[in-house]
Amino acid sequence: MSAARITPWGAVTGGALRANGGRLVLSVAAIALGVALGYAVQLINQAAVNELSAGLATVAGDADLEVRGPRAGFDESLFPAVAARPEVALASPVVEVDAKLAGDRGELALLGIDVFRAGPIQPGLVGEGEDGLDVLRPDAIFLSVAAADALGVKRGDRVGVLAGLEPVELRVAGLLSARTPGRLGVMDIAAVQDRFGRVGRITRIDLRLRPGTDVAAFRAALQAELPPGLVVARPEASLRAATSLSRAYRVNLNVLALVALFTGGLLVFSTQALAVVRRRTQLALLRVLGVKRRALAVTLVGEGAAIGAAGAALGLVAGYALAAAAVSIFGSDLGAGYFRGVTPRLGVEPGSAAAFFLLGVAAAVLGSLAPALEAARAQPGPALKAGDEQRALARLATPWPGLALWAAGLAASFLPPVRGLPLFGYAAIACLLVGTIVLMPRVAHAALSAAPRPRAVPGALALDQLRGAPGQASVSLAAIVAAVSLMVSMAIMVASFRQSVDDWLDRVLPADLYVRASMTTDTAFLSPADLERLAAIPGVRRSEPLRAQRILLAADRAGVALLAKPVDPADPARQLPLVGAFVVPKPGDPPPAWVTEPMVDLYGYRIGERIELPIAGRMAPFVVAGVWRDYARQQGAVMIQREVFVALTGDANANAVALWLDPGASPDAVSRAVAAAVPGGGNLEIATPGEIRDISLSVFDRTFAVTYALEAAAVLIGLVGLSSSFSALVLARRREFGVLRHLGMTRRQIGAMLAVEGFAVSAVGLAVGLAIGWLISLVLIHVVNRQSFHWGMELHVPWAGLAALGAVLLALATLTALASGRQAMGADVVRAVKEDW
Amino acid sequence: MIAIRDVSKAYAGPRERSVLTAISLELARGEYVAIMGESGVGKSTLLNLVAGLDRPDAGAIVVDGVEVTALDDDALTALRRARMGFVFQAFHVLPYLSVAQNVALPLALLGVAAGEAQTRVGAMLDAVGLADRAASMPRELSGGELQRVAIARALVHRPAVVLADEPTGNLDPESAAQILALLAATIRAHGATGILVTHSHAAAATADRILTLTRSGLREETRR
Repeated sequence: MSAARITPWGAVTGGALRANGGRLVLSVAAIALGVALGYAVQLINQAAVNELSAGLATVAGDADLEVRGPRAGFDESLFPAVAARPEVALASPVVEVDAKLAGDRGELALLGIDVFRAGPIQPGLVGEGEDGLDVLRPDAIFLSVAAADALGVKRGDRVGVLAGLEPVELRVAGLLSARTPGRLGVMDIAAVQDRFGRVGRITRIDLRLRPGTDVAAFRAALQAELPPGLVVARPEASLRAATSLSRAYRVNLNVLALVALFTGGLLVFSTQALAVVRRRTQLALLRVLGVKRRALAVTLVGEGAAIGAAGAALGLVAGYALAAAAVSIFGSDLGAGYFRGVTPRLGVEPGSAAAFFLLGVAAAVLGSLAPALEAARAQPGPALKAGDEQRALARLATPWPGLALWAAGLAASFLPPVRGLPLFGYAAIACLLVGTIVLMPRVAHAALSAAPRPRAVPGALALDQLRGAPGQASVSLAAIVAAVSLMVSMAIMVASFRQSVDDWLDRVLPADLYVRASMTTDTAFLSPADLERLAAIPGVRRSEPLRAQRILLAADRAGVALLAKPVDPADPARQLPLVGAFVVPKPGDPPPAWVTEPMVDLYGYRIGERIELPIAGRMAPFVVAGVWRDYARQQGAVMIQREVFVALTGDANANAVALWLDPGASPDAVSRAVAAAVPGGGNLEIATPGEIRDISLSVFDRTFAVTYALEAAAVLIGLVGLSSSFSALVLARRREFGVLRHLGMTRRQIGAMLAVEGFAVSAVGLAVGLAIGWLISLVLIHVVNRQSFHWGMELHVPWAGLAALGAVLLALATLTALASGRQAMGADVVRAVKEDW
Repeated sequence: MIAIRDVSKAYAGPRERSVLTAISLELARGEYVAIMGESGVGKSTLLNLVAGLDRPDAGAIVVDGVEVTALDDDALTALRRARMGFVFQAFHVLPYLSVAQNVALPLALLGVAAGEAQTRVGAMLDAVGLADRAASMPRELSGGELQRVAIARALVHRPAVVLADEPTGNLDPESAAQILALLAATIRAHGATGILVTHSHAAAATADRILTLTRSGLREETRR
C-alpha cells in the first residue's frame, strides 16, 4: 500500500485513535457493560419464561381449551357434561394442588390425572414405573426429574406430603419423561382427591376438540353455561396468567439494565464531543482541503458506530457469561422469588442478540450524532483558528429542546399504563433526564455565575474558566448528572419502598405469635379442632384464624387471594392497614369486602361499589368497604369476614392463626405448647413478629440486590464518563496551562485550579442530579411502581445515605479531575504554547 | 542582567539532535536584543532556557543575579512570576477572562492588592491603547488588539526581563509595525531587558542589538 494513500476516514479517525485511544477504549467498555447487563437480564428472564412455558405446555399437552376454576376446585359432576358435548373429542380432568412437603422440604406442584384420559392429551404427564399399575395406585407418585433432583430422591424412595398437618407418605414409583420440565409430581386423580380433601372436586378440565370445530364459538358457548368462577380459555392464557406476575418485574429489570447502556451512550457523547472539539482545526483543515460536510459527518458518526459495534460485540459475550454466573448464584429470578422451582437453561436467541447489538450501536451512534453534525456545520475559517473551541459547544446551550422534553416528560407522567406496563412512566423519566442534560449549559452557567469568586487565583481562574466555557462543563456534566439522578431516584424509591414495607409490617403483625400451616399451598391447614386447641393453650389471650384461597376473576390474570378473618366492619382499620377512607355497610347491604390496591388498579373496584365474587360455585355479593395495602400479594387480594366465608363455603379450616398472649407469657413457651397441642404440630411454622419482619426485609433486600448492582454499574459508567471527559478537556487545554506556567503558576496551583473545577462541576452535577433524582423518584413511586406492581408507598428520602453518597462522589470527582490534570501536566505542556493545534 | 555561559542543548530521540552548542551572551539591564536565525536553529529553545522552561545540558544561565539552571521547578516558577514577562506569537490570551482580567493575572499571582492592581492595569491598558476595551472579552478583539493585551500582560508586573517569541508572526504588516513599536517602547519605558526572537528583519530593527543564531553559534549583526 502506498504511504501517500489516505481516505477521509483515515485522516479523521487515524489520528483520533492514536491521540484518543484510552478514551475510545473506555467508550467501548461503557457500551459493552451496558449491552452486557441488558443482554444478561434478557437472557435470564427469557430462559425462566421459556422454562415456565415449557412446563405449562407439558401440563396442557395438546389441549385446545381448558376449563379452569378456583384453587379450591369445582364440582366434578361438571366433567361428564362437558365431555359429552359433541364438539369434544377428548376431555381430561385434573386436580391441581400445591402441596406442602413434610420435614420443611418446601413445596411441590401435585397433579392428579386420569391416566387413560390424560395419556392422549398430556403424554408428558404419564409416568413410567416398573409396575404398570403404579399409575393407579393411591400411594404412588411420579416425579419430574427436576423435582427428584431437588428432593434428592429416586425410584422407591418415600416423600411425605402434608394433608392438614399430618404427612401422607407417598412412594416414588418412577420419573416423568426427562423432557418434562419444572418441579412437579403426578398421581392418580382419585388418590389426590381422597388423600388431600378434594373428594368430588377437580380444578381443571383439558379439552381436545373434534377437527373442524370453531374453537372460539365453542369457547363462548361453553363459557356461557359454566358456573360462576370458572373460565374456559386457550392454554396460552394460563401462560399469560403465570407470567403476568413477573412481567412487570422483568420489564423493570430490563429497563434498569438499559440505563447502564444509556449512560454508556452519554459517555460516547462526551468522548466524541470533546474529541471533535480537540480536532476542530484538523476537521476544518479537511473541509478546506475539500472534504464535504456529509463525508465528515458520516465519518464521525461512523466512528461512533464502530465504537458501538465493538462494545456491543464484547457486551454480548460478556452478557452471556454474566447471565450464566448470575443464574448459578442467584437463580433465574435473580433472587426476587418469581420463578421458584424453575431451573432455566440459557440459550442464545439470535433475535434478542441482534436487538441488543443494534441497541449498543444505536446508543453510540446517537451519542456521536450531535458532535458530528456540529463539526460538519462549522465554518472552516473560524474553526481553523485556535480559541474557537467554545463555539463548537455553543449550540448545546439552546434551551428549547430541553424545555420541550421537560414538558413532554411531565405530561407523560400522568398517562395510564399500556398493556399493564408503565411505558409512559419510562418515557417520562427519559424525557426529564435528557431534557435536564440538554438544559445543563444554562443551568451550569446560572449556578456557576451565582457562586462567589474565590480570592485565591487558582480558584478564581477555575470559576472564570467554567463560567466562560459552560458548554465544555456541560459535556462533563452529562454523564454524571445522568448517573447521579438515576442513582438518587432508585435510592429514594427503594428506601421509600423498604420503609413502607417496614411500616406495613408493623400494622399487619399486631399479634405476639404467628402460627402457620401454609399460606401458599392447598394441602396444609389447621382444622377447627386444631384452632380450638390453640385457643385453649395457657397464656393465649386471643386467637385470630386466617383462611386463604385463590379465586379466578379473569382467564389471563393470576388468581386473586380470597382471605377470611374476623374483621369488625365498624372499625376495619384495627385489623387491616387501610389506605384512605372506608365505608360501613348499611343494614340490608351485602357483607363487606376490603380489597387491596391491585384490585383497584386491575379490576377497577371502588369503595362503596357492589361486587360479586365467585365463591363455592356461586356469585356472592359484597360491598367494597375499603382498600388496604398488601405487599405480600401482587396479584390482588380480597378480605372478607370469617363468618361470611364459613357460611358460604362450609370451610372452617385456617391456613394460619395469630395469637395474642397474656401479659408475661413467654412466646417461646407458648410456641412449644403450640407444637405439642395439635397433631402434626411439628410441621407448623411458628414465628414472632420480629422474626417475620427480619425474614420479610431480607427477602426485600435480596429482591433489590440486583437493582443495586445495576445501579452501581450506571454510577461507575458516570464516574468513568466524568474522568474521561475531564482528561479530554485537560488535554485540550494544555496550551492554556502552558501559558499559565509561563506566567508563573506552579504545577500545584494548576492542580488546585483543576481540583476546584472538578469540585465545582461535580457539585453542580450532584445538586442537579439530586433534584432531578428526587423528581424521577416521584415518577418511579407514583407511576412506574404503581402501574407495574399496583403498590402504593410513602415517600421516604434517605438523607444520611444520600449525603454520604454525595460526599463520596464529590471526593471521587475532585480526585478524578486532579488526576487528569496531573496526567496532562507533563513536560511538553510548555511546548504546547507553540502549537497552533 | 542576563548572562548565558557556554550553554548547550540537544534533544534526545532516535537521532539525537544538537540544537545549541556552547552559546554565550551577556545582556545589560534595559537592553533590548533581537535574535534571528533559520527555523530549527534553536532560537525558541534559547528563550525557553532563559525562562527556565527547559534545562540546558551544559552551561549556566543567570537572570537578574539568579542562576536559573540551579533552581528547582517551584523557584523557577516564582522567578518567572516576579521577574519575567512573555509575549507569544499566538497571543495566548485566556478566552474566558476579560481584557482587564487577563492583564491583571500576573498581579493576582503576585498577590498585589486589588486596588493597586486595578490602577496598574488601567495605566497599562492606557499605555497600549486599550483603555476603552477593559471589559471586552478576547473574542471581541482583533489580532492586533489581542497582541496589545498580551504586551500589557507581559509588562504590568514590571518584570526585569521580557521574552517575546515571534510576537508579530500572526499579524498583518501594519499591525505588526504598530505592535513592534509598542513593544519596544513599553520595554524601554519600564527599563526591562528584552529578548525578541524573530525571522523578520523589520521586527529585529526595533531592537538595540541584532544577533543571528547559527549552527556555529551567536553572531552579532548590528548594535545601535
